[in-house]
Amino acid sequence: MITLSKIAKVFNTKDGEVKAVDNIDLTIDKGEIFGVIGYSGAGKSTLIRLLNMLEAPTSGTVEVAGKSMHTLSRQKLRAARQEIGMIFQHFNLLWSRTVAENIAFPLEIKGVSKTEQKERVNELIKLVGLEGRGGSYPSQLSGGQKQRVGIARALANNPQVLLCDEATSALDPKTTDSILDLLVDINKKLGLTIVLITHEMHVIRKICHRVAVMESGKIVEQGDVLDIFRRPKQEMTKEFVKQVTEPEETEEALKHLLDKEGIGHVLQLTFVGGDTQRPLITDIVRKFDVNISILQGKISQTQHGSYGSLFISLSGEEKLITDVVDYIKSQQVEVEVIHSA
Amino acid sequence: MLNTILASAVFGDVNWANMWEATVETLYMSLVALIFTFFFGIILGLLLYLTDKKQIWENKAAHFIIGAYVNIFRSIPFIILIVLLVPFTRTLVGTMLGPSAALPALIIGAAPFYARMVEIALREIDKGVIEASKAMGASNGQIISKVLLPESMPALVSGITVTAIALVSYTAMAGVIGAGGLGDLAFRDGFQRNNPEITFTATVIVLIIVFILQFIGDMVTNRLDKR
Ligand SMILES: Nc1ncnc2c1ncn2[C@@H]1O[C@H](COP(=O)(O)OP(=O)(O)OP(=O)(O)O)[C@@H](O)[C@H]1O
Ligand SMILES: [Mg+2]
Repeated sequence: MITLSKIAKVFNTKDGEVKAVDNIDLTIDKGEIFGVIGYSGAGKSTLIRLLNMLEAPTSGTVEVAGKSMHTLSRQKLRAARQEIGMIFQHFNLLWSRTVAENIAFPLEIKGVSKTEQKERVNELIKLVGLEGRGGSYPSQLSGGQKQRVGIARALANNPQVLLCDEATSALDPKTTDSILDLLVDINKKLGLTIVLITHEMHVIRKICHRVAVMESGKIVEQGDVLDIFRRPKQEMTKEFVKQVTEPEETEEALKHLLDKEGIGHVLQLTFVGGDTQRPLITDIVRKFDVNISILQGKISQTQHGSYGSLFISLSGEEKLITDVVDYIKSQQVEVEVIHSA
Repeated sequence: MLNTILASAVFGDVNWANMWEATVETLYMSLVALIFTFFFGIILGLLLYLTDKKQIWENKAAHFIIGAYVNIFRSIPFIILIVLLVPFTRTLVGTMLGPSAALPALIIGAAPFYARMVEIALREIDKGVIEASKAMGASNGQIISKVLLPESMPALVSGITVTAIALVSYTAMAGVIGAGGLGDLAFRDGFQRNNPEITFTATVIVLIIVFILQFIGDMVTNRLDKR
């Protein structure tokens, strides 16, 4: 659906050249939710803006839905953009228009007849759950509702691709979740390809199928979300994964525990996919003569199943401990001894 | 009865027919000039905005020329502008007498004044909204007519209100070239012939016109502003 090859964007500023996007190759498949994560200034916005040519590439090629975006004439580009929806961190609604008129805006641009506009607007209002608010002005809506209008507007012309630039960064956690649920819903219902950029791993974890990690204009790591969670290779990726699995309190709490006498061996188990459903701990206690206490744990849902980590302390004979570790490994659960008695 | 006595005490020698005629002339000059000013001001303001850096018609030379024109005509005192434009007006209108003769100077003086306000109003528009429109495939014409103008409308209206009030005071100066109107009446019949009542009455009428303009302007601005 989307293919970028050797794409680069260099900005000429007073302080010299800024390589915002540095020779990126990327392929995004039809119907997938693809996430790009990175810290501020990594070049995420520039990358996503290259997809609909809001930013013209310095070099490289951009193909979206079978069209070579960088070669299109102005007129053809406008037509192509009508097939690509986009939503924004700050919603970017027209305050002078009502909700219904905002949603109708892309239809007006395309030249859809008034009666068709009305019909389509009603469908979209229902799709995003804003029934009865069509006559309100954006200033009368909450942030979450504004983003729903943004989504409805982006979907008005039945696009094949939806681009989301930090679409939930201005929203509180609960509203973020409801918007993310809506995006998943749309992805399933309409088979829409979604590209979203964010700096929150939580967003990636919750809705993305694949993810790319960006750092200073380059993609440093990419893959299935679950694989990335399971085996983050780059330092940067590990940091992001920690955002979700190891809240800061965990580290603090563990530090205190490890200082205690008689804590025994401390293991970190990492569950991936369906493994979390299995009674692993029960099995261990039955099979081996060890005592287990659970120190900390957190299990998260991703689009491909559960992911989580569990910290346990073991006490028992040295030999048994190694057996337990081997056993856990044989159950396809990652394990790391982070403290030995 | 009491009213008439009071009125004649204050407005003693006022010739109401002349006063009415002058009022109509002032209104005529102000309104016709206002309509043209609105039109040219918006065009100039849009050009000023759109030719600026990073805008859709970015053009350094055009931006500089329009900016220079706007600045020059905005800074010339109106009374001098009228005199400077006498030859121009004569060829355009054919005469230097009557209210129509004031129109070219009024419009040329007020349009740049309003154009700056238009430019400021357009700059206030959130860039994200323009970008969103581009992302939806809007043409430049659509961006202007569906985004720039509607989104800045309250500011455009409050700007034209200020301009209208300035125009009313400009028309008073236009009396110098024999354009008529309340300013002319106040100066010739009131000041030169020593009839302070006439000056006073003309002033009151101008004030009433200004208040009405301000009231209408504020009302429309508030109704348009959905922010
Ligand atoms: N129009 C521009 N002119 C000059 N430099 C720019 C421009 N746009 C972006 N940059 C630079 O490119 C780099 C990447 O910016 P970009 O906005 O893509 O980052 P980002 O990953 O989206 O960050 P954030 O999370 O803060 O939005 C930054 O160093 C930025 O300063
Ligand atoms: Mg950004």
